[in-house]
Amino acid sequence: MAADKVDPIHQFQIHPIIPIHIGGYDLSFTNSALFMLATVAVAAAFLYLSTSSRSLVPGRLQSVSEMAYEFVGNMLRDAAGTQGMKFFPFVFSLFMFVLVANLLGLFPYFFTVTSHIIVTFGLAALVIGTVVVYGFMKHGLGFLKLFVPHGVPVYLLPLVVLIEVISFVSRPVSLSVRLFANMLAGHITLKVFSGFVVSLSALGAVGVAGSVLPLAMAVALTALELLVAFLQAYVFAVLTCMYLNDALHPGH
Amino acid sequence: MFVTSAFAQESAPAATEADTHAATGVPAEAHGTFPPFNPATYPSQLVWLAITFGLFYLFLKRVVMPRVGGIIDVRNDRITQDLDHAARLKSEADAAVAAYEQELAEAKGKANAIGQQANDAAKAEAEAARKTIEAALDQKLGEAEARISSIKANAMKEVGAIAEDTASAIVEALVGGKASKAEIAAAVKSVAG
Repeated sequence: MAADKVDPIHQFQIHPIIPIHIGGYDLSFTNSALFMLATVAVAAAFLYLSTSSRSLVPGRLQSVSEMAYEFVGNMLRDAAGTQGMKFFPFVFSLFMFVLVANLLGLFPYFFTVTSHIIVTFGLAALVIGTVVVYGFMKHGLGFLKLFVPHGVPVYLLPLVVLIEVISFVSRPVSLSVRLFANMLAGHITLKVFSGFVVSLSALGAVGVAGSVLPLAMAVALTALELLVAFLQAYVFAVLTCMYLNDALHPGH
Repeated sequence: MFVTSAFAQESAPAATEADTHAATGVPAEAHGTFPPFNPATYPSQLVWLAITFGLFYLFLKRVVMPRVGGIIDVRNDRITQDLDHAARLKSEADAAVAAYEQELAEAKGKANAIGQQANDAAKAEAEAARKTIEAALDQKLGEAEARISSIKANAMKEVGAIAEDTASAIVEALVGGKASKAEIAAAVKSVAG
């Protein structure tokens, strides 16, 4: 029982809340699904309610919503130009979803949606899928120019194309693993240090005195995780913008 | 649109994977597996991710983003409008200042002209008055000079007669005889001449 409490992996367990089985697949409404729903609900409610007054001079909450909106908008415009603005809702949704999921995960006893590789991979595949589908829709086979950079000597071309293809294929992997690994590692570290506090305190007065150190560490790590939550959402959105730029302008 | 297409690509392999696990009899809640790498949870997570993220995307695209974009556009419009208004007011104020300065300059010019005119008139009047007075004085001076010269001439005439009388009296006293008047006059004249 005590070991179960300190088990740093326990927080990533998925257990069904409402079992649903359709066509042989287990599509149960799990704690993961619950927190996806919570993420979406919190983000949507915040954006909706904070802007409901439509003030000319924004209040604090409306400023936050506008800042997020303009932040993502500028990011996308810088990376992909004005043409890229048709993906603004997509990138903004991704940024808000990842950001709010990361932030919600910081609450004790909350499940972190983005600490599961399948979720981050789903989002990354969505990004790359959008890039590929839109790239071929807009440029046809010209989209393949993405793999042939300008100004490369002919004898180097096979090697360069191979490298470009590998780099493109590894994009969804790196995009998803980066977010997943950051969230997973951060939460495990937090849990381990918090576990130290509990274990040491059980040893008596000396242990309680000694537990101050991991406690301070856990507090510092929480601040770091807050930063990481923002940073990873930002990185995810920035990379999405850059990949979308490839779909818009494949000729480098 | 992209949500569904990309998702369809993604969910297919994951689903087959879950299928194989179900076939091999791996329990869904496998203990000992690292939860993020437990494929039994993948279909459910992907489906719920698609549902929640899809709804989120639609909500943001249809409701939130037009609203926030609208707020920002309205504010930018308002700011440009206010700036234009301010610029217009400023140009009006500048024009008023320029008009005021021009009127001031005109008034100053007019005042100077009036002053100059009055000055000139006064000068001319003074000049005229001076000239008449000078003329009158010149006339009086001439008259006085004429009178002086006539008096002088008369006096000179009388000087001759007195000299003749005196000479005849001196001759009479010295010689005892009478000298002729003609002789005396000739002598006086020779001395005077």
